Amino acid sequence: MATGSVEDTNRRDFIVIAAQAFAGVGAAVALWPFIQQMNPDASTQALASIEVDLSPVKEGQAITVSWRGKPVFVRHRTGQEVQAAKEVKLADLVDRSARNDALPESAPATDPNRTKKGKESWIVLVGICTHLGCIPKGQSLNDSRGDYGGWFCPCHGSHYDTAGRIRRGPAPRNLEVPTYEFVSDSKIKIG
Amino acid sequence: MAGHESTYQPKSRFERWLDERLPIARMMHAQFVDFPTPRNINYLWTTGGMLSFFLGVQILTGIVLAMHYLPSAHDAFSSVEAIRRDVNYGWLIRNLHAVGASMFFLAVYIHIARGLYYGSYKAPREVLWILGVIILLLMMATAFMGYSLPWGQMSFWAVTVITNLFSSIDSIVPGLGTRIVQWLWGGFSVSGTTLTRFYSLHYVLPFAIVGVVVLHIWALHTVGQNNPTGLEIKTKSDSVPMSPHAVMKDLFGLAVFMVLFTWFVFFLPDYLGHADNFIEANPLSTPPHIVPEWYFLPYYAILRAIPNKLLGVIAMFSSIILLCFVPWLDTSRVRSTKYRPLYKWFFWLFILTVIALGYLGSKPPEGLYVFWARIFTAYYFIHLLLVLPIVGVIETPTPLPRSISEAVLAGAGGPVSVGAASAPEKR
Amino acid sequence: MTPRFAWRGAPSVGSVFGALWLALAAPVSAAEDAHPEIHRQHWSFGGVLGHYDDAQLQRGFKVYTEVCARCHGIRRLAFRNLAQPGGPSFPEAAVKSLAATYQVDAEPNEEGKVGQRPATLADNIPPPHRNEQEARFALNGALPPDLSLITRARAAEEATPFYRVPDRMLRDVLTAYQESGADYVYAYLLGYKEPPPNIKLADFMNYNVAFPGHQTAMPNPFLGGDGMVKYDDNTPATLDNYARDVTAFLAWAADPKLEERKRMGILVVAYIVLTALLLGLAKRRIWRDAH
Repeated sequence: MATGSVEDTNRRDFIVIAAQAFAGVGAAVALWPFIQQMNPDASTQALASIEVDLSPVKEGQAITVSWRGKPVFVRHRTGQEVQAAKEVKLADLVDRSARNDALPESAPATDPNRTKKGKESWIVLVGICTHLGCIPKGQSLNDSRGDYGGWFCPCHGSHYDTAGRIRRGPAPRNLEVPTYEFVSDSKIKIG
Repeated sequence: MAGHESTYQPKSRFERWLDERLPIARMMHAQFVDFPTPRNINYLWTTGGMLSFFLGVQILTGIVLAMHYLPSAHDAFSSVEAIRRDVNYGWLIRNLHAVGASMFFLAVYIHIARGLYYGSYKAPREVLWILGVIILLLMMATAFMGYSLPWGQMSFWAVTVITNLFSSIDSIVPGLGTRIVQWLWGGFSVSGTTLTRFYSLHYVLPFAIVGVVVLHIWALHTVGQNNPTGLEIKTKSDSVPMSPHAVMKDLFGLAVFMVLFTWFVFFLPDYLGHADNFIEANPLSTPPHIVPEWYFLPYYAILRAIPNKLLGVIAMFSSIILLCFVPWLDTSRVRSTKYRPLYKWFFWLFILTVIALGYLGSKPPEGLYVFWARIFTAYYFIHLLLVLPIVGVIETPTPLPRSISEAVLAGAGGPVSVGAASAPEKR
Repeated sequence: MTPRFAWRGAPSVGSVFGALWLALAAPVSAAEDAHPEIHRQHWSFGGVLGHYDDAQLQRGFKVYTEVCARCHGIRRLAFRNLAQPGGPSFPEAAVKSLAATYQVDAEPNEEGKVGQRPATLADNIPPPHRNEQEARFALNGALPPDLSLITRARAAEEATPFYRVPDRMLRDVLTAYQESGADYVYAYLLGYKEPPPNIKLADFMNYNVAFPGHQTAMPNPFLGGDGMVKYDDNTPATLDNYARDVTAFLAWAADPKLEERKRMGILVVAYIVLTALLLGLAKRRIWRDAH
């Protein structure tokens, strides 16, 4: 039985190394499907975007839709609500960032930065309080809207204004504006 | 183990430090690098490595499938469809698992046939052999329960038929068999309750298999591997180190087997299964022919060959339990069938019997099929209970070579003049 | 050469069994190839290089919706599957409009009532009947099976004598034959014939040469004859084409990953063959001086 240097020569042999390399690369590539299978599957991906028909939502009304497992507030604001949102000075805001997924973080939290151009009566917000994740009240007609006419989180008392911006309370950030677009005059696609 | 001195030399400070606290590297070196392996073992000896590999594949693919599978009667079938259609590479992982089970059994049957042919069960390897039979039983239980999980027609009805077998105990102790069956079912018929407990057991048994495999390898390394001559390793020239020689041979054998495996996984994923299992389980409709997976067909044939229900069940289980006694049933003084000219015929007849029983198990139990199933069942037991003891005593074996090296150098299995061959042997 | 385990010294054993085998094997005539009524067809998706023909799948979908969908659901298919690659690959906008023509259950409203809403791409194709009972009530007690997996859930029975089984299996494995279900469905669709004089049909049953037992509750779907479904391309609108196209569509519905699977398979098998070759050479290299 050959030992020592003769065996070492065998081990350094090109063909042996090539064979081991092929086997090794094959094994590594074979690992990929096992990792990828944990990513969202096709049926989940299909619900990554949803379309919402806005025609039944009259002025002053609001609906909540489920998107990627999260509640999304869609409110058809009245003229007064829009005006109130526009009049707020940036300096008075707790969180000055627009928190709009379509805009960079540095964009200021003006009302136009939280809505779509030409569709400023519509506001679309992820309905999860930025404090500890409760769902703020304000969607139903009988709900309290807090002191700023927007939404009020009953868990720890965060008040959001008509543009969904945090005004008082423990929440650190404005309600998130998800990626969405108007695919027609009365229909939006979220996500 | 196997009486060889450890030649492990820790190379770095870390290795020395670890060696003083947990000599695992030393053990690995002694058992899997330096271990003397008979130089003449052929490719049938690569099945052991294949089996370890496939156990790993089944566990890995199984754990991943369990991330998506829903073990309820209502959702099981649909969840498997979701895996086939929507989960990223779900179709691939599912095919690996389903085909992997078949490959696992194919390898184990070749492994067992190798053991039977070369007398690998004979002293001092009896415990090794019995551990192997235990592994086979655990594999069968695991596979049976695993097959129920997709909750197709065949899954459901195979479970119904096989669990109902225990009711045959009623003919020994009235009422006991039925109670046992209801205990297995968790109800008065096979239902989602049965499914969930099968899922739990199917998930856990493979780890029991891992444990018994560790014992199996331990027992193997204690006595050393057998080889085609049946002779023990006597001198250094009889053996080669496990690494790289045997390891490389194992890898090559595995790669060839993987060609077969991947051929089925990618091009024939449902070939080894049954069309009826693509129909969701319906407790109110029995398929015209209930058949188990191919690897259970021989036992199924034996079960149905015996007209009495209880005796059929006993025969079926005996056909495997009897294997445990083979080391004592076989009276031959010679290990390897290579040197047993009379037994050789019976061995191949036994193989033919098992294959024939497999074929007959897939056929409806009618007419000529029943007749031949009975003939072959009879021979199966005759072989184990009569042929093994009797032929071992009456036959005259051919002369054995003096050593493994002699057998190898002679370029033949038989005894030859020692100075015969000098050219390097191709393997 | 190290002797293989039993070949050397036992050619006698092998030759006896082999001779027995050959003696029993009779030459095969074409009629023995498959069950008399179910012949193997050529499918574009068969074999190692199999792939779906998008145009055929689109025609097949048309046949399904116009002929089969009245009774048979296909509920494991989602509308989005119709637009994804590897299938009929309809334009997504077209599938979206098609989906909107179907109504599915909506979420309960504030009063707890469950209304209906138009389906979207994410929804599964709604079946024609809400449940088994509704189907049976409408169809004289018969339950039309869901077609999502039909080509996988059926197989053409082949009357192969035992001594031909090994070489048949070898042939099927080497050619990667898995289209038995498709062959059966095709034969079944075109298998409606007049019953022979000695057969008495039970009530509401129809005679079909391919169906096991020959009496099926399903009536002939193609009574409209050639031209009953208008094809948008130049394919002749014949019954034979309807049967082929809808079978191909159903084969895709049962196995939407076929193209990806076979494509990957060629690469993987080739890679493993190459790796095996290299490992074999490496093994010889290492064993070369093990004397």
